[in-house]
Order: sequence, then structure tokens, then C-alpha cells
Amino acid sequence: MVTAVDLDAHMYDVVKVGHEQLMGEVIKIQGENIIIQVYEDTAGIRPGEPVENTGLSLAVELGPGLLTSIYDGIQRPLEVLVEKMGDFIERGVTAPGLSHEKKWEFVPVKKAGDTVGPGTIIGEVQETNIVHRIMVPPNLKGGVIREIRTGSFTVEETVCVLEDGTELTMMQKWPVRVPRPVTEKKNPDIPLITGQRILDGLFPIAKGGTAAIPGPFGSGKTVTQQALAKWSDAEIVVYIGCGERGNEMTEVLTEFPELEDPRTGKPLMERTVLIANTSNMPVAAREASVYTGITIAEYFRDMGYDVSLMADSTSRWAEAMREISSRLEEMPGEEGYPAYLAARLSEFYERAGRVETLNQDMGSVTVIGAVSPPGGDFSEPVTQNTLRIVKVFWALDAKLAQRRHFPAINWLNSYSLYLDSLHDWYDENVNPEWNRIRAWAMEVLQKESELQEIVQLVGSDALPEEEQVTIEVARLIREVFLQQNAFDPVDTYCSMAKQYDMLKAIKTYADRASAAQRAGVLTSQIVAIKAKNDLPQVKFEKDYNVLLEKIYAQMEAEFTALKEA
Amino acid sequence: MKEYRTISQIAGPLVFVEKTEPVGYNELVNIVQADGTIKRGQVLDTSDELVVVQCFETTAGIGRDSGVRFLGETIKMPVGRQMLGRILSGSGKPKDGGPEIVPEKRLDIGGAAINPYARDTPRQFIQTGISTIDGTNTLVRGQKLPIFSGSGLPHNEIALQIARQAKVPGSTEEFAVVFAAMGITKEEENQFMQDFERTGALEHAVVFLNLADDPAVERIVTPRLALTTAEYLAFELDYHVLVILTDMTNYCEALRQIGAAREEVPGRRGYPGYMYTDLASIYERAGIIKGKKGSVTQFSILTMPGDDITHPIPDLSGYITEGQIVVSRELHRKGIYPPINVLPSLSRLMNLGIGEKMTREDHKKVSDQLYAGYAEGVDLRGLVAIVGKDALSERDRLFLEFADLFEDRFVRQGHNEDRAIREDTLDLGWELLATLPEEQLVRIDREMIQKFHPRYRKKAAEESGTSSATASDLRSESM
Repeated sequence: MVTAVDLDAHMYDVVKVGHEQLMGEVIKIQGENIIIQVYEDTAGIRPGEPVENTGLSLAVELGPGLLTSIYDGIQRPLEVLVEKMGDFIERGVTAPGLSHEKKWEFVPVKKAGDTVGPGTIIGEVQETNIVHRIMVPPNLKGGVIREIRTGSFTVEETVCVLEDGTELTMMQKWPVRVPRPVTEKKNPDIPLITGQRILDGLFPIAKGGTAAIPGPFGSGKTVTQQALAKWSDAEIVVYIGCGERGNEMTEVLTEFPELEDPRTGKPLMERTVLIANTSNMPVAAREASVYTGITIAEYFRDMGYDVSLMADSTSRWAEAMREISSRLEEMPGEEGYPAYLAARLSEFYERAGRVETLNQDMGSVTVIGAVSPPGGDFSEPVTQNTLRIVKVFWALDAKLAQRRHFPAINWLNSYSLYLDSLHDWYDENVNPEWNRIRAWAMEVLQKESELQEIVQLVGSDALPEEEQVTIEVARLIREVFLQQNAFDPVDTYCSMAKQYDMLKAIKTYADRASAAQRAGVLTSQIVAIKAKNDLPQVKFEKDYNVLLEKIYAQMEAEFTALKEA
Repeated sequence: MKEYRTISQIAGPLVFVEKTEPVGYNELVNIVQADGTIKRGQVLDTSDELVVVQCFETTAGIGRDSGVRFLGETIKMPVGRQMLGRILSGSGKPKDGGPEIVPEKRLDIGGAAINPYARDTPRQFIQTGISTIDGTNTLVRGQKLPIFSGSGLPHNEIALQIARQAKVPGSTEEFAVVFAAMGITKEEENQFMQDFERTGALEHAVVFLNLADDPAVERIVTPRLALTTAEYLAFELDYHVLVILTDMTNYCEALRQIGAAREEVPGRRGYPGYMYTDLASIYERAGIIKGKKGSVTQFSILTMPGDDITHPIPDLSGYITEGQIVVSRELHRKGIYPPINVLPSLSRLMNLGIGEKMTREDHKKVSDQLYAGYAEGVDLRGLVAIVGKDALSERDRLFLEFADLFEDRFVRQGHNEDRAIREDTLDLGWELLATLPEEQLVRIDREMIQKFHPRYRKKAAEESGTSSATASDLRSESM
């Protein structure tokens, strides 16, 4: 924290502090005193050193070159920083977010004489396998095109000139704390398919929706989030490692480039932007990283893409706010967090959504935020304020993790408020029966938890016969359907069709079991049916249908044999 | 060098100096007492009118007549190869009667953050010889894994055993231990030093000692000196460095003490709001850098006040470190050493360091199954307390016995028992799992069961006629 005097500054202006020109941001103005939060370590800075105002607020550079990039919290490319200052992050080094030298092949989609408005797409660049659409910046009013060029340009060169003389380049700058404008926000009624059974099957999130993953440490939150980044069917992935562990960030940074996109066969990195701000990097840059990430996400949304944004973790972000606030000696709210915590969180999540863009396309930003409540206490302010905003809650559970039930998402505490709006989509695209089977599975799990309480007291033998079957069916749902191995090459992604087939198979066993029970077959015999023992193997089979048919046939045979006996 | 005699206020470890030339933030300070004694400190706040200095030693003897000299540089650590084998004080002065360190380099102790892009993924298995760590919470090079303990528990013995036994099987690369003690008692110091001397570990160790009666403020710099030394050894001299920090709780207490003296707005339980960032600047100084041979692995010990894992110190630590080893009072009371409770323990980097080419292909599955079986058995103990053992089903009884067996054979081991991962730890795991019915081993696929389950191995051995073919095959393929 640095205080400057005699500086003509506005709130959130970016300033350069001291002889080393450390980057900082104005966070408080008090009479003559301008309070600056510096993004870098301030050791050795003395009173009397100069402070220079850039007059701009913290903005990111948006244009071709974003994809495959790995940034720190204030959009400095980490790869360039390694070249400039070696393996450790020293201070006072700046690097532009986009390469200003690299040339991109610009192909216009508009011609001279066309009228363009804010957000209109004027041309395209084949950036990776993703087409980067070049737009009129939303803060310009547009006009009639006088000249539009074809060929290879850097992001700073003019590609289009309007009648009023405005020159457009492929790059635009946007202040990170201001949401980018859209035509209209739409209702989220298409699910984001993640390939994770407990998510798609039981607690789906819509494209443009918001979700929170809270989890005490050690409950597999990071693994779940990474599985989402890898497998969700969004075209663009923005991953913010906010206050993350260095080694885990490295795992993401080394794993992503190696991963193959299941749909294109190209590296997954080609549609990814990573923001890595580890816990020991400056706290102010951590606070900014979340805004940097969502602004980049919105930019791709404006091109008409579905974007999924993961913020890991928003608790670290809130912690950064708390730290800055306490340095400012602001009156603390709950548990030392600033009083504006709730407002900041809701502003951030509200930037998610499925929208009609200024160019009249459909695009979405889905926000999945991780929350790490201290001591796993969900009543703490960050978790509580987040839950008031988000529509989906995936409750990670350390107890499940200890039992090595992964993903360790508690099926009783989790919820999704998108079930109603997604109902029709499942009807049309998965199976008309899906919504019913899903409800059935939830009911069995709910029932099981009630029965478990009784079992805890009196033992499982004391349960009525039919409920012993319920317990067995619930066990199948848990161990076959809900448990998913993120490290198994096949099981790591499960299509909706396979999810339906698996749940259907369990349901078939349950139906046959109750039918057999009514016919007077002993419960112990029903529970001992061997066919279901092969069900877990279905998860790991690529062509699972062969095995599934075998299971169906064996089940049929066994039940028939039981009935005859 | 200008000496100021403008001290206006002294409060706890803080000295306030008025009207100085511009002084840099974090600069080093010498405070000269009337009798000539020099005390060291560091600038905490600086402005035109007032400079706040945090004194590393006691402020007893400092008065308004003392002089203050600003040294114009931040704290630097002299480092060199000859530090190996030396014992230094908590502020880096020789404590073993030996000569001053002749520096090859002087490094800023703050330590810049490693660029995440320059980091390499840790994936090299470290064998500690302790089953509960190697088997179920594997440590890898470059990881930071703390021991969460309580007062009166044998965490120091565990740390020593790890320091003694830790190795990468089959590797002959140079390794070093950097040991930093913060606020430990003289007795504990003796325990560590005697063990280091007995085993010859001191030769390749650098020891920093801040004892219980040394100034608390010095504890703020001790771990930073240790880590600066470790980084130098690792990234410039290619050593594989194991850093042991004990006890982080004392460090956090010192942090709180200074925060209170500065009249800062306190956060949870009086600890400063920036404690998370501060701890991160210590814990995050572990890892591997692409293109460099050495590595820094961190093992920090902290005692949980009141055995409360939700206390801010273990809580914030757990968010930064890559897992935790939890020492349990209950197991200790049962007389089990090392009393590591595997259920709340975790190594987040485990999956990177285990598996076919590193340990053995069944490692993950065996570990998952042991966890699941033990968790189930422990749950059942609660049930037994209510309904009695007789009310349990046969299956439940087996799990209950499994939990006891697990504690007695897998967890319990000798202070000097160095278990090899494949022949001892994993095979022992299988031996215990074999007491459960085979169809209950749901975490392990059939292929693995066929290959490693003692029943099939025995069969295979009988068929082939040689008694231990499988085991010795494994041994040779893994070398």
C-alpha cells in the first residue's frame, strides 16, 4: 500500500509507482492523499519517489493471441515473463497481453459501404482451430465502412476505416471491472454437458448458469473442476487459478497442453485461456485476476461462443479483498471481510448468462466458482453470500473423499435450480423417460439416507425385506452411477446416452427385484443376483453395450430361475 | 552513515523514529544502544514523518537516547556451499563456534515467487519408509506436505524418521536437509541435534535454531533464511533439498504478536488478516523448476491448538500445502507409532508419483481399497458401541477386524523400520486386504486382483514351481 500526494487521479486508475515503475491501482482518495494498491512487492520503495498516472483503468487487451495463453492476474503472459526475467517473478517488468509483433490472417466478412454498429463482426481470423471473430468495439458507435483490408496484420495495424475516419484494429481494450454490453439476457434452457454423471445426471447446470463448488480441503474439488474444464461442451474454457498452489497450477499448465480435445482431436489448449495467480504472487493481482478472466470470457461470448469459466477459488479472491480492506483500515464486516463482499460476489456472478450479443448471435458465459470454506464450515460469509446468488450447488464432502467415493459430491446436499428449465431439453435429446428415472434415483437415495439412520441404530437385518432391496439398489446407484474415475481413460467422460443406459440398467434390476419380491422370492436371493456384480465394469468399457446386453441376459436368466425355484 | 536520535515511541518490538531522510520499505536497521550494543530490525512502515521499525531482538535496553541507522538494503542472506554441516541461529549467525559464513552470494530472503510457467510438475516418488505415508499419502519431490499434530504427540520423531529414511529408490543424486526450528525448546533441540549427529545427517544439513527463549520476532525471518538457503542449494548447486520447518504454530504466534503491536485490525482469532498470504510466501517456496536439477521439498510441522483442525493455522496451511499428514491422539493413546490417522490425511500430488513406472501399477487401487476398508471399519466401531459385536453381520465383522489389523500392522512400525514400497508396504497392504472377502474389494479391478492378490500369487507360484517367482520378478523389473 502506497500513499501519493499531488497526483491528479481517479478511482481505479492504473499508476506507475517509484523509479522501478511498479504497477498499481488507485483504491482510495482521501483529500490530497491518493491510496494506491501496488500489484508487486514494494520492498525498498522510499517516500519521495515519483508516482505517474496512466489515466486509464485496469484494462485487458482483447484480440487474436488470447487462446493458448497463460497469464498472471493482470494479463502479463507468464511465458514472456520467463524469457524476460527468468524462473522467478521479479518486479517492475511489464509485458503486453497480446503479442504486438505476430501477424494474423484477417479475412473480412463485411465490405466497404456496409453499415456496422457496436459489436458487429467485421472479419475473422483463424486463430487456432477456433475462428476468432473481429468485432467493432462495443464502446464505439460504428458507421459506414470506407475501407476494409484483407491480408496479414499485427493486432495494432488498421484493418478497417469507417466513413468518419475511425480506424479499427484487431485488438480492443476493455476495462476489467465493467461488464461488456449485450442486447438481451436469455433464459438458460440448454444444459452444459460435462460428462460427469453426478453433474449431468442429477444436478445439471445450464449454459450461462452459475454454480458453486464448495469443499473443505482434500475433498477433490480441484480434480472435479479440472474434469469440468476438460470435458464440458463449451467451446472456450477460461480457467482462473486464483491464489492456487504453484504445483497444482503447474499440473494444469502442463496437463492442458497435453490434453486432446475429445471432439476435434486437437490440443485442448487451443480453446483455452489460463490465468494463474498462485498464492504467493501479489495479493492485488489476485484480486484483479477474477475480473481479468471474466472480461476475456465475455469477449469470446460476444463472438457467439459458449464459454465456461472456472474460478478456483473465489474464497482466495475474497481473502484478497479482506486483506486489502484491512490494510485500508476499513470497518470490517462479518469475520473481517469487507462490508461490500456480498455486492462484489453478486456483481461477478451476474456477469454470467446466456445472451443475445450485440451482433445478434447467441453466446454464453457459464461461471463455476469454487469456494473453500474454512474448516468446511458452510455458514461462513463467502459460502453464504455465494449460495444466495448461484443456482447450482455441488456439495463436495470430505467424508465421501475419505471413503474414496469420487467425485465426492454429496447427493443429498447438492441441488440444481435448472431442473425445470432443462426438463424439455432432456425429453427431446436424451430420452422421454430420463426425467422420470432421474427423479426415481433421487428418491431411492433419499430413502436410503433415512434407512441408514435406522440401520445405524438397529442393524440392517432388522429392516423390512423390501427396504433391504432399496438399500441394495441405492448402493448400486452410488457405486455404479455416482462414482466416476477421473483417471480412467474411458470412465473420465460419460455421454448422456451412456448415463441413461447405466441408470436404466439399475432401474431394471430394481423393478425385477420388486417384482420377484412380490412373487415371494427371498430377499437374500435377490440381493445375491450375480448379474449386477458386472455393472461397475460397464463404466470402464468403451463398447459397453456388449457387456450391458450380457448383464441384461444374465439378470433375466437369474430372476427367471429364482421365480421357478 | 547517518545516525538518528529521534526515537519517539517504543512499544513491544516496535520502535518509532521521527523525521528521517526517505527510508525504503523493508530496509534493514541497526539500533545502537547507549552502551554500544547493536540490535537489528526492519522497516515496517515508512513515510515523511515517521518510520516504524520492527526489532528482531528484545527492545529491552533501547531508549530515546539510542541511535538508529538505516542500512539502505533489505535483508540479505549470505549463502555458500560451505553452509552444509553448519548450525546457525534463527537470524543466521553461526552458533556452533565455527567461523562466519564466507558468502558466495548474498540473496534477498523475501524470495520472489516462482513463475508458475517455469515450474515443472513434481512426479518423483520419495520413499520415506513409513507405510502410512508411502502407501496411502505418497510424498513426491517438490511437494510441500505438513504434519498436523498436537502438543505431546511424537511429530518430531516422525519428522526425524523421515529425514533419516527419505530417499528416491535407485537415485544417487546429492541431497541436503535444511532444518529450521522456530520457538522449540532446548530439549527438542537436543533431540534433533543428537539424532542428526548420530546418523551423520549433519554433514549434509544446514540447521537454523530459534529456540523458545529467543526473540519471537526473529521467528519471522528464520523460515525465510532457511528457504533462501534451500533455494540456493537446489537451484544453483543442484541438490535435492528437504526442508523441515518446526513449529509453524510458533511462527504464526509471532506474526500475531507483531500485528497486535502495530495495532492492526485483527482477523480470525486475533491473527492478522494477511496471514494466508504470509504463510503462502513460505509454503509456496517449494517445487521444481524446468531445466534445473535440484528440488525443494517442504515438510513443515505444526501443532494444532486444542487438536482443532479448523483453527486458522492448520486451516490456512491446508489451503496452501499439497495435503497434510494428521497425527492422531487416539492412535497415540493406543500405543501405536507412528500415530498417523490416514483418514483425514492426504497427499494431493500422490497420483503424480505413483503407478506403473514409478511404484507399482496396483498402488492407487490398493491405497483406495485400504482407505475404504479402514473408513468402513472405523464407522462400524461406532455401531458396535451401541449394538454390540454380536449384532453385526459376518461382512461387517470382517471389516471391523480389518480396521484393527490395519492399525496394528500397517500403521504401526518401528522407529527405525524402513519399509520398501513394493516388497513391504504394498504387499503388506495386500496381505491385509486378503482378510476381506474378494468380492468386497470393489475398488480394485479383477486384473489387478488376479495379479497381486496373495491367493492368486500363491497359486501362480505353486504352478510355476518356484516359491517366490512373482515377488522377485517384480523386484527386478522395478529396479
